Amino acid sequence: MSDLPEMRFDVVVVGAGPAGIAAAITAAGKGRRVALVDDNPAAGGQIWRAGETLPGKAQKWIAALRGSAVVHLPGLRVFDHPAPSVILGERGEDCIALRYGKLILATGARELFLPFPGWTLPNVFGAGGLDAMARGGLPVAGKRVVVAGTGPLLLAVAAHLAARGAKIVAICDQAPLGRVVAFAGMMLTQPGKLLQGAGYRWTARAQMYFNCWPVAAHGKTALESVTLGRKRKQWTEACDFLACGFHLTPNTELARLIGCRIDNGFVTTDKLQQTSVGNVLCAGEPTGIGGVEIALIEGKIAGLASVGAGDEARRLAQRRRGILGFVSGLRKAYALDPELRRLATQTTIVCRCEDVDYGALREYRCWRDAKLQTRCGMGPCQGRICGAAAEFLFGWHADGVRPPVFPALVSTLAGATFVSRNSSEA
Amino acid sequence: MPDPASTVFLTVNGQPMSVTAETTVAVAVLIGGGHTRASVSDEPRAPLCGMGICFECRVWIDGRPHQRSCQILCAPGMDVRTP
Repeated sequence: MSDLPEMRFDVVVVGAGPAGIAAAITAAGKGRRVALVDDNPAAGGQIWRAGETLPGKAQKWIAALRGSAVVHLPGLRVFDHPAPSVILGERGEDCIALRYGKLILATGARELFLPFPGWTLPNVFGAGGLDAMARGGLPVAGKRVVVAGTGPLLLAVAAHLAARGAKIVAICDQAPLGRVVAFAGMMLTQPGKLLQGAGYRWTARAQMYFNCWPVAAHGKTALESVTLGRKRKQWTEACDFLACGFHLTPNTELARLIGCRIDNGFVTTDKLQQTSVGNVLCAGEPTGIGGVEIALIEGKIAGLASVGAGDEARRLAQRRRGILGFVSGLRKAYALDPELRRLATQTTIVCRCEDVDYGALREYRCWRDAKLQTRCGMGPCQGRICGAAAEFLFGWHADGVRPPVFPALVSTLAGATFVSRNSSEA
Repeated sequence: MPDPASTVFLTVNGQPMSVTAETTVAVAVLIGGGHTRASVSDEPRAPLCGMGICFECRVWIDGRPHQRSCQILCAPGMDVRTP
């Protein structure tokens, strides 16, 4: 096993979305040897996912990455942190050890999915999920699509899909109109964001409902229609695709594995993006859901701080403070309606990996008991989907994270054992 | 018609298919009219998250099981298998 490939970098950045790209370019610009590792086949993360013409800003950053000295390692999934200052990644059947001076976690966020009857049917996607599939080549032209869930992402997704020729049947946000309007009012200081929202609204040109959500998806072997509910009124729309996501939840598995302090579900950092673990920094969505602008600034701050450019980092941190209101505004405007807890029926599957239904789970008091007795969260997604749902449904919090944080090959895990033994001997 | 230079030929469950370059394997499976996996209680499943998190898109690629097809681009001659 001594031939496990190993690379050393001054700075390793995990996640090639806006925060990670900004962090990597910034650190490399200071002459450091930097690696940018990412699970996806191309840089950009989810928000700048390849597959269609990206906004000018995204193109600029991705071109800057290509022109930089950053070593970009796409398609590499980080699954373990066997010893301080080393992470392990898997690409295909290969395992690689990355040793770092500083580690910057820019692992982004995923969509929150809430179970409702029929949500496991093929052609029920996340909102960002269907967008990603369309960017991956799924034809949506002429397809009837319902976009549902919550958050500003819904409009963006509807607009993207409409631009590709989809017929957006309805856009349903669980948030009440009043709260969204109040949030938009707060955004008057950021007219760019408001105009963007208005532009999406115009492109999608669909009926938009607030306080409204999917009550059930119907179909035999794939989606055929969806019943939407709004207060006491319910109606059914025939559709080919349902794009449904209840805003975002941060990817904190790696941070938790490393032992970074987590507060209220988010990675705790100081003003210079430093986590509670000495040489580990964190930037972007894992520190608070705030979108691209904040992610870029936090990425730059982390990049500067990681190479000891504290003064420059502090100046940027001042700018970050000015837009933090967006993070709390977003959270308040799109807070989930407790009624959504009643969507799942006894037989609605909550854990899609192990097919564990709501009725089986509600007998337990905590995540750990439910997990041990029902296998909920023990499948390959390791509770990434059902764990977040169970937190909302039952108020359960996931217990500690253990390696591998992603399923890995046995041969790869053997490599991991080697590294951890070697490091403890050193 | 797609530009032939950017067309990728592969097979899904033995059926020849052509897709445009940059198409993910998950999309090729859906275009082929199939689903990606059968759940433990034998329900048909297809991708949910589209970003490699939910593992609903697992398929066999070139004899290797559990490949997350939404994170992998189609390559010439690929042999994709689903239940």
